[in-house]
Amino acid sequence: MTDIQDKKLTEFDDNDQHPVGFGRMLRKEDARLLRGRGRFVDDVQLPGMLHLAILRSPFAHANIVSIDTSAAEASPGVKAVVTGETLKGLGLAWMPTLSNDVQAVLATDRVRFQGQEVAFVVAEDRYQARDALELIDVEYDVLEPVVDVRKALDPDAPVIRTDLEGKTDNHVFDWETGDEEETNRVFASADVIVKEDIVYPRVHPAPMETCGSVADFDPVEGRLRLWSTTQAPHAHRTLYAIVAGIPEHKIQVIAPDIGGGFGNKVPIYPGYVHSIVGSIVTGKPVKWMEDRSENLISTGFARDYIMRAEIAATAEGRILAIRTNVLADHGAFNGTAAPVKYPAGFFGVFTGSYDIQAAHCKMTAVYTNKAPGGVAYACSFRITEAVYLVERIVDALAYELRMDPAELRLKNFIQPEQFPYTTKTGWVYDSGNYEPTMRLAMEMAGYEELRKEQELKRARGELMGIGISFFTEAVGAGPRKNMDILGLGMADGCELRVHPTGKAVVRLSVKTQGQGHETTFAQIIAEELGIPPADIDVLHGDTDNTPFGLGTYGSRSTPVSGAAAALVARKVRDKAKLIASAMLEVSVADLDWVKGAFQVKGDPGRSVTIQEIAFRAHGAGDLPDGVEGGLEAQICYNPSNLTYPHGAYICVVDIDPGTAEVKVRRFIAVDDCGTRINPMIIEGQVHGGLTDGVGMALMEMISFDEDGNCLGASLMDYLIPTALEVPDWETGYTVTPSPHHPIGAKGIGESATVGSPPAIVNAVVDALKPFGIRHADMPLTPSRVWDAMRGQATPPI
Amino acid sequence: MQVTMTVNGTEYTREIEGRMLLVHFLRDVLALTGTHWGCDTSNCGVCVVWMDGEPVKSCTVLAAMAGGHEVRTVEGLANGAELDPIQEGFRQCHGLQCGFCTPGMLMTCRALLDKNPDPTEGEIREAISGQICRCTGYSSIIRSVRWAAVHEAAAVATEEAVQA
Repeated sequence: MTDIQDKKLTEFDDNDQHPVGFGRMLRKEDARLLRGRGRFVDDVQLPGMLHLAILRSPFAHANIVSIDTSAAEASPGVKAVVTGETLKGLGLAWMPTLSNDVQAVLATDRVRFQGQEVAFVVAEDRYQARDALELIDVEYDVLEPVVDVRKALDPDAPVIRTDLEGKTDNHVFDWETGDEEETNRVFASADVIVKEDIVYPRVHPAPMETCGSVADFDPVEGRLRLWSTTQAPHAHRTLYAIVAGIPEHKIQVIAPDIGGGFGNKVPIYPGYVHSIVGSIVTGKPVKWMEDRSENLISTGFARDYIMRAEIAATAEGRILAIRTNVLADHGAFNGTAAPVKYPAGFFGVFTGSYDIQAAHCKMTAVYTNKAPGGVAYACSFRITEAVYLVERIVDALAYELRMDPAELRLKNFIQPEQFPYTTKTGWVYDSGNYEPTMRLAMEMAGYEELRKEQELKRARGELMGIGISFFTEAVGAGPRKNMDILGLGMADGCELRVHPTGKAVVRLSVKTQGQGHETTFAQIIAEELGIPPADIDVLHGDTDNTPFGLGTYGSRSTPVSGAAAALVARKVRDKAKLIASAMLEVSVADLDWVKGAFQVKGDPGRSVTIQEIAFRAHGAGDLPDGVEGGLEAQICYNPSNLTYPHGAYICVVDIDPGTAEVKVRRFIAVDDCGTRINPMIIEGQVHGGLTDGVGMALMEMISFDEDGNCLGASLMDYLIPTALEVPDWETGYTVTPSPHHPIGAKGIGESATVGSPPAIVNAVVDALKPFGIRHADMPLTPSRVWDAMRGQATPPI
Repeated sequence: MQVTMTVNGTEYTREIEGRMLLVHFLRDVLALTGTHWGCDTSNCGVCVVWMDGEPVKSCTVLAAMAGGHEVRTVEGLANGAELDPIQEGFRQCHGLQCGFCTPGMLMTCRALLDKNPDPTEGEIREAISGQICRCTGYSSIIRSVRWAAVHEAAAVATEEAVQA
């Protein structure tokens, strides 16, 4: 809980401006959401619509001996009961995951995690569907589960994936990056080596809206309409075409309003496929909406990395090298969402923001009898784990060297003149200027004064901690030469149409889940064309009405789709210029663009506005030779590199020595995401991510008992921060534009989730310094902190 | 069974199963989909509506229990095209992102302001502590409530000045 300060707030940001371009601007999407007129998947009502409920396995590991559905079929209102055997007959029992593994749509032979889908019922209402689940009789032969990830590769460990031909162990993949030999050489000559075992426990994105879908298959047209909670409607459509065999042009995926995603809505879940099968089988629209327990126990989790981190440095605090060994728990099916060539996502950025000589990482991923995933939670493809690793081990180094952690970081930053900077693991950081960001955070925090206060408090036996983290993210996947998901290149399309009266519609391949695309993308077009945002409609989330692209996750909307929007507007502007030259009877070379109009060089009185040009483009009279009528353009943008936002975070905590409760007293976040499109929205993204960070650092964890029962199956067990656990956020910013992005913007959606957990943990560990503690694992609940204070800290898994 | 209740000023009588939850009655029977369903365990608060002026979690209230009572939902907040000050506050201060928790937050915050027109930050945090927002980190919601409080106070002052 935070200290509740009874301060009155009477000053407000001046938000109600109407920028024609970048700046604070109120959101266009709020009008409907504030009135209860949003349209979420569960709000979709179609004539004759049926409801679907899923029977899930109570066991983590068991063979299915038999399933008797006769009583369920006879239950009132029931229209269909479908099992794995039924799907097997249709060739639909298995589907590909985003990592080229396969996952059971319904279990046929065996269940491999608690909560796995075993059968589904379609009935007239949701209550009847649930009733019938109770009547399905499944006989299980319970098997020993693999719960402890450290034992998954033991020779006597039960093999989980017996469905994979020739599989004799629970190994998923080995992955390596960096130069092992060189790293070992540097370590051998270092003055100081610090080693720490660091666990990033399994957590869950838990968006407030759970996952669900409404499928409506028209057997006459052979056409499927699917409303679904998806962050990537186009990628999903392609996968449904491949899985279900329905031709792609006959599938329309609609992502309506989405109640938060955080990566949870990137994968295709069996339930979506069930609703499609249910609609095909019954000939009616079918709705599936999971409940909170189902969301927590079966859909994509995040993290679950056990990391051994080592850092080598000189006695003066010059960091020389970092190496790590990681054991990754991927659950029962490898459902990680990451570009194909990056099985560990972008974990390779574990070298952080520091100019070092060598780095090496070795990772082993294994199957366990737990829910599949490894997807997300605003993780930027595993950058969250990488940043936690480096920022934790750098703090451990500061502890050993008795150096101030801020000073240690400042001493080792990559310098501005070194950009573009190629890391020892091969990532090319596009731009950065780290020291001013760090200095601003320290100034906002009053860092020196805080250290003095801490000294006084320590003398009195009070526990106060100050934690720092400094991160560099890699977002905006990605260049199609090496980034694809199941063979689909990670580019994004954009289409812009200016109507005769100068109003416009822009169509995106990405999809908001609350990030405010309808506002920011209108602002990008406004900045480039001078059309007010109010006159620009942003369409997204419907595959029939938008160009192809890979969707919104990994903070990629602004880096990829935002670039596409700027470039498509420039394409329209280029055409507008040709028309303007005809209208003003001057050559193109004699025209200047002033936002919203072309004017004759040296004669500002002679000009035409973009609206006048739009009318002329559609109007009577000849256009210049070679210029078609209309004013519209389309592009597909393939980024040349990722963008690399950075930030400096400082957290202040107080720990009650009597209860070991951690209070986050202050949190200062300075972010640099390059050009800022809408500062209000950026701030909102940061606030949300910081709250995630408090959750992960102090409260959230999906854990299992020895039988593989999920112990975080409701919001009473899986604790998410409320307004009482978080402070009033203090934010600041610096601006280092991306050199390769057309408007210089970088992603911001996940920075705070990535950067905040290490700041909070570093603060707690700093507070516990008097106990001689150098590391403690998340979640830092009162009982875990209590144990740490008594020298009895244990890893959470 | 038959249930009769008033929702946003309109009386409805419907035949329902005794076990039907109020949230499902509002959403599936009356098609008032502004109220959401989020957790089943009354932890998240996306389903908050008013019953006789008190915020309740409609996922843990049976529709039958609302029989004979006055229910108010997010759809009943605005006065035609004019937003309630709490809705306007959320708009002005970016108090919502995905909008899923928003209807419940609005109902709780409106109830707070009706009882306490000038709440402190601490009082606002306490009032919304039975609800979860995954997007905003709460600071902007607190500002939104304060915005509504300040602007309602100003409106009252203006009205009093006019009358004087």
